[in-house]
Amino acid sequence: MTTIRALSLMASGSLVLTLAACGDGDGGEGGQGASDGEDVTLTWWHNSNTGDGLEYYQQVAEDFQDANPGVTIQIEAMQHEDMLTQLDAAFQAGDAPDVYMERGGGELADHVAADLTMDLTEVAAEEIEMLGGTVQGWTVDDRVYALPFSIGVVGFWYNTEMFEEAGVTETPTTWEEMYAVIDQLKAAGMEPLSVGAGDGWPAAHYWYQFSLRHCAEETLTDAVQSLDFSDQCFITAGEEVERLIDAEPFNRGFLSTPAQSGPSSASGLLATEQVAMEMQGHWEPGVMAGLTEDGEGLGDKLGWFPFPQVEGGQGDPEAQLGGGDAWGVSADAPPEAVEFVRYMLSEEVQRGFAERDMGLPTNPNATDAVADPALAGLIEVRDSAPYVQLYFDTAFGQSVGGAMNDTIELMFAGQAGPQDIVDATQAAADAEG
Amino acid sequence: MTSLSVPPRGATTQPTGRTARPVGGGRDWRMAGEILLFTAPALTIFGLFVVWPILRAVQFSLYRWKGFGPLVDFVGLQNYVAVLTNEVFRGAVGHNLFIVVASILIQLPLGLGIALLLNRRIRGRGLLRTIIFVPYVLAEVIAGVVWFQLLQPGRGVVETLLGTVGLDGPYQGFLGTPELAMPTLMVVLTWKYVGLAVLLFLAGLQGVPDELTEAAQIDGATWWQIQRRVTIPLLGPTIRTWAFLSMIGSLQLFDMVWILTGGGPANATTTMATFLVNEGTKRQNYGIAAAASVVLFVIALTMAVLYQRFVLRRDTSDADVLRGVR
Repeated sequence: MTTIRALSLMASGSLVLTLAACGDGDGGEGGQGASDGEDVTLTWWHNSNTGDGLEYYQQVAEDFQDANPGVTIQIEAMQHEDMLTQLDAAFQAGDAPDVYMERGGGELADHVAADLTMDLTEVAAEEIEMLGGTVQGWTVDDRVYALPFSIGVVGFWYNTEMFEEAGVTETPTTWEEMYAVIDQLKAAGMEPLSVGAGDGWPAAHYWYQFSLRHCAEETLTDAVQSLDFSDQCFITAGEEVERLIDAEPFNRGFLSTPAQSGPSSASGLLATEQVAMEMQGHWEPGVMAGLTEDGEGLGDKLGWFPFPQVEGGQGDPEAQLGGGDAWGVSADAPPEAVEFVRYMLSEEVQRGFAERDMGLPTNPNATDAVADPALAGLIEVRDSAPYVQLYFDTAFGQSVGGAMNDTIELMFAGQAGPQDIVDATQAAADAEG
Repeated sequence: MTSLSVPPRGATTQPTGRTARPVGGGRDWRMAGEILLFTAPALTIFGLFVVWPILRAVQFSLYRWKGFGPLVDFVGLQNYVAVLTNEVFRGAVGHNLFIVVASILIQLPLGLGIALLLNRRIRGRGLLRTIIFVPYVLAEVIAGVVWFQLLQPGRGVVETLLGTVGLDGPYQGFLGTPELAMPTLMVVLTWKYVGLAVLLFLAGLQGVPDELTEAAQIDGATWWQIQRRVTIPLLGPTIRTWAFLSMIGSLQLFDMVWILTGGGPANATTTMATFLVNEGTKRQNYGIAAAASVVLFVIALTMAVLYQRFVLRRDTSDADVLRGVR
């Protein structure tokens, strides 16, 4: 009896101790204070987890290690969505990787407020100077917290062959022309547009784009700061979206269509030539390639044009909606992490990045290395834009952005009007306090 | 579930054994110590993985919290007000209650009918049992993905089959039309879960003594009379237990909805669980998500306790009898 009692006491006691020890871990993996010549290990999380990109980033890390003896880079390459989930968990646990992808906007502002990310304003001043206005999306209170390495804009990807077949000779530059194209495509028996409204954000991008065209730049900048959406231009944007939905240009079943997962998603429908166009970001060629059996997507048939202009809009007609990815450094990372991020923005690394079509480089000296003609056209539009407005849901943060997206989705289902979008967004903003 | 003996009348009013135990003395202390010692490992695990997370959820629900950083922004009951006044959440509660009721109304007669049929000696009984039970064994995620593909608007198997008999599917598809999404979901849920009901009922039927049906047969009762007067009443405890499991499962429904509709279109299929996951992981309103989870917990607990108290009491009174005579 005594033996059993002692054993069970030990068992329960050790269990408590083990668990206590687990909860007590300091979690910091990156070596700290290693700048005095000691060896240092950097953890780097990225989402180029297949093929060329994975290999290239491995090479980049090795090159950096060779040039900086004593530095070891530990790479975690994950699928994009997995990475986001893991990052959230790592931030919650106070165990963020030294170098990671930062999407900017309200999300970054939250990270900054929680002291999770490093201020790079001084330590990477040279790169920030080189990047110019593109760092705007990663700036909080005039301090820069991450360096964008790929920035793209949202526009219409289309099937050039289907356009020809329907007799469309020129891509539309105004919405009047766009409606004419939609009618032409429908007359030819085609579904003009696909939209993944099941995922919310692809539908919401229409409202963002019309807001960008109808609202003056200051109105948008103010809205991001003050979260005030009372300007009439936001209502007009909603009316434009309603008009578009009424024209019925979208694929059958668009309310339950996902954005880019599987061949029946919005991107899949474009890739498999079931629809003529889709409005999407710069990642579309890569996504489509992954959704077709030959890994080519639409190949040579793929064309791109920017979001058409509207009549009477207050916004600059050349302004673009976009966003991108930046390298952030966690608050307690060693100085080598900053050096590594600076290296990744160098012409050399960015050129290799562009040549492999991994994204759209931000280093101006590397932009001519983009191989894909459609993407090259996109980068031209990006670089001549007076400003690139960060996707609203990213700019406003997930809480406000989520409420905005959900209400726009309701509009696509015919259950919300222009005023509802403004009201729901304002309510979510007010709840932020 | 296997014990189907009818409890003696008045069993519930029997005094429990507690009063009969000798009072005071060192023996009680020793016994308490032993109980504590032997249950310590289990209690520790229970505490760490059940009680502690619940307490933390209650704590989170009182703060405005993004999911990282310290808990500093105390807002009291504001998150609860936000959840309870939220139209989407109230809709979700309605959907959950609808699923609870519809599941029982659809699956009970269906499951019972199939179980009674399969309990007879018919050809291919084993095969039929397997076919009906397979959906339940299939992982919910996989079943969801398969149904999502089958129900593709315009291009999926279901609409292609409809097309062969000259019918058109709805323009937005079965999952994309707000009015049709919930009924479609119920069809898939029935397909998925009726196997469990059948399995449990079949197990319960094994406990119905042959002598009773034989006696009834000798008395000239028809097959249907036997089922109605003898078999089904004896199956009572099994049915009540199944209904309890079904109710709790319906309240916590998440996977199938998340995969088929994500709670859409236009929130037509949101459940409390999809609401709180959406608020938490997608919108980073962890405080509100925590408040919603507490509300879900309270609703499920209340319904479970009421069900235990008023419906399952007859079945659990068996255990009281055992305790009383120990």
